Amino acid sequence: MAKDAIIQLEHLQKQFGNNAVLNDINMAVYPGQTVSIIGASGSGKSTMLRCINRLETPSGGRILFHGQDVQARGFKLADYRARVGMVFQSFNLFNNMTALENCMVGQITVQGVNRQQAKERAMQYLRKVGMEPYIHAKPRQLSGGQKQRVAIARALAMQPEVLLFDEPTSALDPQMVGEVLAVMRALAEEGLTMLVVTHEMAFARDVSDHVIFMADGVIAEEGTPAQLFESPREEKTKQFLSRFLQQ
Amino acid sequence: MAFLRDVYTILVEYYPQLLAGVKNTLLIALTGTVAGLLIGLLTGVVRTAPLSGNPMLRALHKILNAIIAVYVEIFRGTPMMVQAMVIYWGYAFATQGNTLALLPSGILIVSINTGAYMAEIVRGGIISIDRGQFEGAMSIGMSHTQTMLRVIIPQVLRNILPAVSNEFVINIKDTSVLNVIGVTELYYFAGIIKRQNFQTFQTYMVVCVLYFIMTFTITCLLRFVERKLEGKDTYTIFGSQSSSKAQIQIRNGEG
Ligand SMILES: Nc1ncnc2c1ncn2[C@@H]1O[C@H](COP(=O)(O)OP(=O)(O)OP(=O)(O)O)[C@@H](O)[C@H]1O
Ligand SMILES: [Mg+2]
Repeated sequence: MAKDAIIQLEHLQKQFGNNAVLNDINMAVYPGQTVSIIGASGSGKSTMLRCINRLETPSGGRILFHGQDVQARGFKLADYRARVGMVFQSFNLFNNMTALENCMVGQITVQGVNRQQAKERAMQYLRKVGMEPYIHAKPRQLSGGQKQRVAIARALAMQPEVLLFDEPTSALDPQMVGEVLAVMRALAEEGLTMLVVTHEMAFARDVSDHVIFMADGVIAEEGTPAQLFESPREEKTKQFLSRFLQQ
Repeated sequence: MAFLRDVYTILVEYYPQLLAGVKNTLLIALTGTVAGLLIGLLTGVVRTAPLSGNPMLRALHKILNAIIAVYVEIFRGTPMMVQAMVIYWGYAFATQGNTLALLPSGILIVSINTGAYMAEIVRGGIISIDRGQFEGAMSIGMSHTQTMLRVIIPQVLRNILPAVSNEFVINIKDTSVLNVIGVTELYYFAGIIKRQNFQTFQTYMVVCVLYFIMTFTITCLLRFVERKLEGKDTYTIFGSQSSSKAQIQIRNGEG
């Protein structure tokens, strides 16, 4: 089973100075899975995603992509990043480009796709997230939910094998959360492999195949949504979930 | 009125010199500002680039950074008039009496001097771009160079345009110091005219107005460019607003 994993973390560690943010993280993401990561603020969820995408350099352990160490000498980082997309809480769309250009530039520069093809592919994914009418808009002219949908299209346009989401709806007004979650739900149903850090418990429960609960830099508990949400074993998990249900 | 008659006489009699002076002043200021901006972009990109993992490249990069820092401090910390003398006569000294052509010397000096200011302007411009822009580009696999060229520099240029315009205006005025090495810009011609007509006040009034016309025109022109670069406030909705073609129906309020 292990060798089939798209992404596998082995004893992953990350320290910022003497602050140990990740301690011995072990996990795997398999093709077609939607894995949700939940946990309190500061538990290291973002750091873990950023390590996977190599926006942070791990302090220890290994990250394997189809069994290949992503930190090995000669590993093609640009290719890897193109195949592992990332969607940020703060969108990070390129401010100097239209929605369409945002979805084209990576294809052209990283994958060497010609303009015409890049445009067609960009249009395909912008249509998919319902943003076709806004292809000529600049990020500053879009609402938060619209920006996030463009950001998802930008990631999809690279045709990645896995998409990482770091709290994609946390910066959004409640009425915009729905439109982004709907897009993610549809992607999950299509079988896209996704690793999602989220505070949206309903999404984690209903959409994911596997849920990971992180606390203090370790995976405190993991399992199917039913296991984790209906009958959590760990005290920490129970506390975290009950606090969420109260809100 | 005697004053107006004198001014009229100066304009009629010396217009070839005045025109040549205006032309050279503009030429030196414009070329110097553009070249200075290029120096600024180059040094700004070098100084903000992440250090390489390779120890050799890393050391080289650090040396380059140090050289740039020294260059910036020296050229911002000394008067351009003195720089002009040192460079022009330094070349003559080093080559035992050869001299550089005057106009190219002037352009060179203004470029190097402006470059020192632009280096700081550009570096500030790059640093002030949100980290998210870099991370967005990195997350889809773009290299640092690609990110700089496609994402960061275009935004930096737009943000620093007011500061660049300011440098241009300063350069139009400051080319006047190049008369110390004899570059034939506007101020140099003013000196010649004054020595012929002995009308110091009238001559420098004419030159003063000419400088102002140049700087004011440039300011207005660049403001206009700035507004153009702001981009349109509107965009055209592509196809129909109802997005009936969307494959995903957006269900609002769903959680
Ligand atoms: N660049 C950094 N430098 C130093 N410390 C950092 C850095 N990034 C994160 N940290 C620290 O690492 C810890 C984990 O941060 P992280 O952002 O991964 O948490 P999180 O689980 O994503 O929290 P949240 O739910 O609030 O997003 C925090 O204590 C944070 O202060
Ligand atoms: Mg986070």
